[in-house]
Amino acid sequence: MTTLQSKLAQAKEQGRAALIGYLPAGFPDVESSIRVVQAMVEGGCDVIEVGLPYSDPTMDGPTIQKAADMALVAGTTPKDVLAVVRATAETGAAALVMSYWNPIERYGVDAFAADMAAAGGAGVITPDLIPEEAEPWIAASDAAGLDRVFLVAPSSTDARLALTCQASRGFVYAASLMGVTGTRAEVSGMAERLVERTRVVTADSGLPVCVGLGISNGAQAAQVAAYADGVIVGAGFCQRILDAPDLETGLVAVRSFATELAEGVRSAR
Amino acid sequence: MNTRHPVPGYLDEGGHYGRFGGRFSPEALVAALDEVTEAWDKAKADPDFQAELSALLADYTGRPSPLTDAKNFSAHCSGARVLLKREDLNHTGSHKINNVLGQALLTKRMGKTRVIAETGAGQHGVATATACALLGLECVVYMGEEDTRRQALNVARMNLLGAEVIPVTIGSRTLKDAVNEAFRDWVANVDSTHYLLGTVAGPHPFPSMVRDLHYVIGAEAREQVLERTGALPDAVAACVGGGSNAIGIFAAFVPDDSVRLYGFEAGGDGVQSGRHAASITGGSPGVFQGTRTFVLQDEYGQTVPSHSISAGLDYPAVGPEHAWLAESGRATYSAVTDADAMEAFRLLCRTEGIIPAIESAHALAGARTIGAELGPEATILVNLSGRGDKDVNTAAAYFGLTGDDEGQQA
Repeated sequence: MTTLQSKLAQAKEQGRAALIGYLPAGFPDVESSIRVVQAMVEGGCDVIEVGLPYSDPTMDGPTIQKAADMALVAGTTPKDVLAVVRATAETGAAALVMSYWNPIERYGVDAFAADMAAAGGAGVITPDLIPEEAEPWIAASDAAGLDRVFLVAPSSTDARLALTCQASRGFVYAASLMGVTGTRAEVSGMAERLVERTRVVTADSGLPVCVGLGISNGAQAAQVAAYADGVIVGAGFCQRILDAPDLETGLVAVRSFATELAEGVRSAR
Repeated sequence: MNTRHPVPGYLDEGGHYGRFGGRFSPEALVAALDEVTEAWDKAKADPDFQAELSALLADYTGRPSPLTDAKNFSAHCSGARVLLKREDLNHTGSHKINNVLGQALLTKRMGKTRVIAETGAGQHGVATATACALLGLECVVYMGEEDTRRQALNVARMNLLGAEVIPVTIGSRTLKDAVNEAFRDWVANVDSTHYLLGTVAGPHPFPSMVRDLHYVIGAEAREQVLERTGALPDAVAACVGGGSNAIGIFAAFVPDDSVRLYGFEAGGDGVQSGRHAASITGGSPGVFQGTRTFVLQDEYGQTVPSHSISAGLDYPAVGPEHAWLAESGRATYSAVTDADAMEAFRLLCRTEGIIPAIESAHALAGARTIGAELGPEATILVNLSGRGDKDVNTAAAYFGLTGDDEGQQA
C-alpha cells in the first residue's frame, strides 16, 4: 500500500474526506516552497500534490500560471521537484507530483518513475495524459510501485469513466467543472453528479474519487467532502503566498487556510 | 474540383503518424475532440457538405488558384523552371481560408454558434473572422499582445469583420500563448464553441482534418503541373511553421515516389544561433499542445521561445505528420535564415512583380537551393502560400525604405 492509499484509507476510517493541497515546487523558490508545504501539512493537509512547473500550462488559470511562472524564473528543475517531494514525504504527508506530460517524457519515463519512488513519492497526477496514450507510463508506474492518477470530467462518457478509473490507482481525480484551475465563488453543481456517475464504475474496485477545481474555502470543502473521498485545493494556497508581503506572513496565511479547509472536511458528515 | 483525398496508410485511428501525433489533451476535451472527429468523418463522406464547400471555394475564395510560370525568378534558381501555386490570390490573401471555410461549415453542422481561434501574424484570425461574418457565427480571436502591436492592421481587419480580438498577456505573449488561451476558453465553453485551429497541429483530429481541408492545394497543383508540363514536378517546396500549407501541397504528391518534397523552416538568425523556429531541423521529439512532434525545448522539456522575421512561422513546434514525413525520409526539411528569405522576397518582387508573404519567401529561398542542386532541367513547384501586403512594414524596415535608420534591424 502506498502512503497515498494509506492516507485515504485513514481518512475514510475517520469518517471524513482527505484534504489534498497543491503547490508548484519552486514557488516562490525551492527552499521556500518546502516551507510552504510544511505549513500546509501543519494546517492539516493529508496529501500534497507537488506541481512540476511547465512553460505551457494549458489547464491552469491565472493564479497557478503565475505561481508556476515564478518557479520557472527561479530556475526550478525536475531535480528540485524531486527534492520537494522528498521533503514532503518527510513531513508524514503523502507526496504526489502533478505534471504536464512533456517534462516527464523528457526526463525519461522509467527514470522519472524510479526517481520519484526513491524520493519517497507515492504517485503522479498527469492532467494531459489520457489512458490511451499512457502505455509507457502504466508500465513504468507499475514497475516503480507508484500510484497513477488520471482525470475524469463532467463531459466524460460512461465508457470513458470506466476506462479511466480502470487505468487509475490511488484515486481518480474528478474535475468539478468544465474549465481551468482557479478559485470560484461556488462549487459547480456538476461535481456531485460526476462523482455519482464515477462511483458506478468504481463500485467493485473501491477506487477513491477526489474532487478538484474551484474549491477555495472551508464551507466549499465541507460541501464537497460530503460526497467525495478527497478535496483538492490549489489556487487558494498559491494566492495566499502571492498576496503576502513576505514569506513569513504567507506561511501564517497558508497554515490558517489549511486549518480552515481541514475543519471543513471534518464538519461534512 | 478535388477536395477528396486518400487517407494515408501511416495514419492510425487514434491520429498517430508512427510515433508522432495522438491526443495529449485534458480528459475534459476528449468528448469535444470525439465530436469533431465524428462530425468531420460524416461531413467528408457527405456529398451535400462537399458541394457546399466546393461552391464556397470556387465562388468565394476564387479557386482553383492559378499556377504561374516564374520565368524571370527562374534565373535566380540556377535556371530551373519554377511554378508558383498562387494561394496568395485567395480571398483574405493566403491558403488559410481553405481550412477555415471547411471548419466553419462544420461548426454549423455541429450546432455550435461560437468560434474561437488563435492567430500569430493575423492571417488565420482574419480568415476566421471572414468565415464567421459570412456564416453568422460569433468569433473570438486570441492573439499575443506582442503580435497585436506588430500586426495592428490585421487587428483592425478582424474588428471590421465583427470579431473580438483578445490580446494574450501571459507567457511569451506570442502565438503559442494564444493557442494556450484558446484551449482554456474551449474547455470552459465547449458546449457552444468550436475551436477553429489554424494549422496541422494540436490533438487528433486537428492535424488530419486541417490537412484534408488543404489537400485541394496539392490536388489542383498536381493536375495543373501535369497539364502545363506533361510531367510531374521534380520537386515541391513549401514553407513550414505549423505546416498547413506544406502538408496541403505535399499530400497529393506523397504517393508519387519520383517527386521530392522539401519543407523549409524558419531559420531566423541561423539554427546554430539558437534564435530560430526550425522545430524539425533544430528541435527534438516531445509533447506540445496536444500532440507528439518535434518541439523547441530545453533539457527539462520546457518550451524554448521561437524566433523568425516571419510571424506566421514563429511557432516552437510543427505538425506531427511533418515529423513523420521527416523521420521516414519521404520529405526533407531544412532551415532558411531570415536573410536568405528576405533576399528571395526581394527577388520575387523585382523579377515577377509579386510581393510574397515573408512566410512564403522561405519556400522561394528554398527553391533557389533546390535549383542549384537539381539544375536547369528541373521543374520545381513552389507553394506561394500568401501575399505580402501584411509584411510591407516589416520589409520596408528591413530594406531601409522607411526613411529612418531601422534598416536590416526589423
